[in-house]
Amino acid sequence: MNPDNYLYLSAILFTLGALGVLIRRNAIVVFMCIELMLNAANLAFVTFSRMHGALDGQVIAFFTMVVAAAEVVVGLAIIISVFRTRRSASVDDANLLKY
Amino acid sequence: MTVSYAPVAATGTFNLTAWVVLLPLAGAAVLLFGGRRTNRWGHLLGCATAIGSFVLGVVLFFALLAKPGSARSYDQHVYTWIPVPGFSADAGFHLDQLSIVFVLLITGVGSLIHIYSVGYMEHDEHRRKFFGYLNLFLAAMLVLVLADNYLLLYAGWEGVGLASYLLIGFWQHKPSAAVAAKKAFIVNRVGDVGLSIAVMLMYTTFGSFAFGPVLNGVPGAKTGTVTAIGLLLLLGACGKSAQFPLQSWLLDAMEGPTPVSALIHAATMVTAGVYLIVRSNAIFDAAPNARLVVTIVGAVTLMFGAIIGCAKDDIKKALAGSTMSQIGYMILAAGLGPIGYVFAIMHLITHGFFKAGLFLGAGSVMHGMNDDVNMRHYGALRKYMPWTFATFGLGYLAIIGCPPFSGYWSKDKIIEAAFAQGGTSGWILGCTALLGALITAFYMTRVMLMTFFGQKRWVADEEGHEAHPHESPWVMVVPMVILSVGSVAAGFLFSFHSAFLNWLSPVTGHSEGHSPINSVVLQVITLVVVAAGVGYAYLGYGIQQAPSSPPLGSFATRAARRDLYGDAFNELVFMRGGQMLTRVLVYFDMKGVDGVVNGVSAGLGGSSGRLRKLQSGFVRSYALSMFGGATLLIVALLLVRG
Amino acid sequence: MGNTGHGETFLFWIGSIISIAGALGLIFSKKIVHAALCLCTVMLCLAFFYMAQGAVFLGVVQIVVYTGAVMMLFLFVLMLIGIESQDSLVETIRGQRWLAVPFVVAFGAVLIGVYAHANLPKFVGTDAANAKGGGNVQSLALLLFSRYFWAFEVSSAVLIIAATGAMVLTHRERTVPRKSQRELSIERFERWGKGEKIQVTGLPNPGVYAQHNAVDTPALLPDGTPSEASVNATLRGRDTVRGFRPLPLPSRGDNKEVSK
Repeated sequence: MNPDNYLYLSAILFTLGALGVLIRRNAIVVFMCIELMLNAANLAFVTFSRMHGALDGQVIAFFTMVVAAAEVVVGLAIIISVFRTRRSASVDDANLLKY
Repeated sequence: MTVSYAPVAATGTFNLTAWVVLLPLAGAAVLLFGGRRTNRWGHLLGCATAIGSFVLGVVLFFALLAKPGSARSYDQHVYTWIPVPGFSADAGFHLDQLSIVFVLLITGVGSLIHIYSVGYMEHDEHRRKFFGYLNLFLAAMLVLVLADNYLLLYAGWEGVGLASYLLIGFWQHKPSAAVAAKKAFIVNRVGDVGLSIAVMLMYTTFGSFAFGPVLNGVPGAKTGTVTAIGLLLLLGACGKSAQFPLQSWLLDAMEGPTPVSALIHAATMVTAGVYLIVRSNAIFDAAPNARLVVTIVGAVTLMFGAIIGCAKDDIKKALAGSTMSQIGYMILAAGLGPIGYVFAIMHLITHGFFKAGLFLGAGSVMHGMNDDVNMRHYGALRKYMPWTFATFGLGYLAIIGCPPFSGYWSKDKIIEAAFAQGGTSGWILGCTALLGALITAFYMTRVMLMTFFGQKRWVADEEGHEAHPHESPWVMVVPMVILSVGSVAAGFLFSFHSAFLNWLSPVTGHSEGHSPINSVVLQVITLVVVAAGVGYAYLGYGIQQAPSSPPLGSFATRAARRDLYGDAFNELVFMRGGQMLTRVLVYFDMKGVDGVVNGVSAGLGGSSGRLRKLQSGFVRSYALSMFGGATLLIVALLLVRG
Repeated sequence: MGNTGHGETFLFWIGSIISIAGALGLIFSKKIVHAALCLCTVMLCLAFFYMAQGAVFLGVVQIVVYTGAVMMLFLFVLMLIGIESQDSLVETIRGQRWLAVPFVVAFGAVLIGVYAHANLPKFVGTDAANAKGGGNVQSLALLLFSRYFWAFEVSSAVLIIAATGAMVLTHRERTVPRKSQRELSIERFERWGKGEKIQVTGLPNPGVYAQHNAVDTPALLPDGTPSEASVNATLRGRDTVRGFRPLPLPSRGDNKEVSK
């Protein structure tokens, strides 16, 4: 099997994650779909590092994980604050920037 | 004889030329800027400056007289007006036989009228302002006739227009006076456009405004350009001299006080057009077509004014129609070329005397009749105002051309020159001039009979004051007497040994015309025609009384009462046409221009209103548009990169 | 080396099916906890893929950090706020679904098309790179602390700031002093005095029995009926209170039930 298939898998997972972001209304589920997209990107990086025989891809995937962790921390804190004030976890309820 | 324009720099006495202008100018400045403080002696200062100018004019005249005929042309440079490189316009005065004649007329008649106004305007609280304006007029008119270049002449031209406006509308509380002043100014403006374009053409053709380069340079210019300049100068003259088609303002200008009518609209300002044409004789000599138009205009106006004068019951308006007609004679004579220039000026001077006298007489009559101008309310005044009757009568005899009074000498010469033109035009012009003489005799006799003869038709005015006609005070009578002396004697003196002809011809040129009719025969015919006019008027107004209220009259009478529909025509064509044009433009501006602008703004507002609905506030919509945009971007990049 | 071995092929196919199924489950499940668990599945599969591709350290980090820490964070927050909210899958924004699916499919097609058409070099494999430093971890460390040193420091700063930020964001300042137990009790009695039907004493604990002692087991009142107040309101609301078989009650020897 050609290891290129990993790339295709990564593309499919990324696509599914994007679909989830656009379709789901609960803030936490949307966030989880974003995590899925990040993971798919990581898979692609690792596959490319294997392709080139250099570990740079893995290092970048490592940094991606770090940043994703930080992002999850802050994002969930925001969701908690929003929930406390608005008592709703739906992304559609945060529509104050409507015209 | 050929004419050449070759002035010499002014020396000695001739340096006084500038003072002729400066005296009344200073008087006007003092009186107008001094304000009410000068009320007590303002009229005296006004008269003093006018008389001072006249004295200077006499001095200069005798100085010129002392010189030989070919050396009577002097230029006094006063100051450099516009010191721009490549463009020269100086303020300087030119003194020669033509301008000194005008200076004497203006300052002489002007001084007499100033003195007359002391009495006429005695009860007017704004008398001082009146004298200020009169002095301003004198200064501007003197600038006009003494200017040595067309630009300064134009400045004087505008100045007299301004003074005329101020003086016609002097009684500014009367709406009719204010409207008349505006009308005079606007119609004059139409003529002024012609003059200004002519001046501009002169500059581009000859490279200078000064008389010398322009008049001496005419032979070198193209005929078309010279004809154009001539026609434009004629347009200017029509405006200022109330000739057809710009004649409508003169009768309304009688709203001003009578001294104004006498000075400006009889003797001096309205003759400025004639001066312009005669001064520019070199231009008209080189443009026969322009000259033909000048004669036509003169002839038409001659008849126009005469017909209008026949039907007017207002004494001042009748005299105004007469002025229009007499100036038509002068323009006709000026248009005849070298055979007529001198006679135009001669008639101008004599007309100045008798017409000013007639107007002052009319003012005197009005003064005695509680300022009523309707001749139908006059009658049998000769017993009550003997001096006025005498001076008015002498002026009347002069104007109809009764020998040996002055009008006879000058008008007959014009009729003779008209016939001497030769060809069909000569016959037409001559017969027109004769016919004009007939009608002049008719309407002037009508005025005399209705005013001084017949039964009393006096009525009380609005406030119930009965009319008590009395002779005017001596300060008004003396100027009338002096003017009547001029009406009597001036013509004879001018023609004695062709004195006037010899004096003026170095400036204008003169050639003897050959009239197809013998001159003696022509004079007899003229006298017969005049007598016929007098007789016809006597039949109408001497034997039977003029009715107190105007009868319906024939079509011609009604038309003449309405100024031969001059005003109606102007109103229909220019005013309504202009209004319609304005309305079209406004409509186009509102719907078209504003429509475009408003349409753009409305379109912008509408589209932005629709666009902002994109801002739904939903994060997922934004995410969708971001995602879609990113997809499109990637596809585009891939397509471009291949 | 060009192709993978049999083992990896097998792993790949099974793992990819599981991860795609997990992704679909994440997107389409109604209950959020199920979605979180599906995501964990996907992450585990990915960890195996990493290890199979020679990124051993990364695979372990994926399990420990991502699945272990990050997903745990998610579940904590879920517990705090989201456990009751059930997402209905009905779309409220008009046209969102109709537009989203084509765009997403198009994007996926573009991505796969790019991969398919790209001139990818032959796979080299990470064995040589790993061997250079003497193992995956050492090689990564060599790279991390030399070429990516600045990024490393910055990412540590990012983590610190993130932690601080989370604390700042979720901090709640008390505007009124916290009511003490005594004050709360007085308040309860006052309300009961006005006629409100509330429990003035403390709530009973859930039941502790030999077979069941979870929070969803109610306690028994003196007359034998289960006490509703002893179970968490949330569980009551979700109707997951454990009913129990009638417990054998202590008999007086004659095996007759005590009447309720």
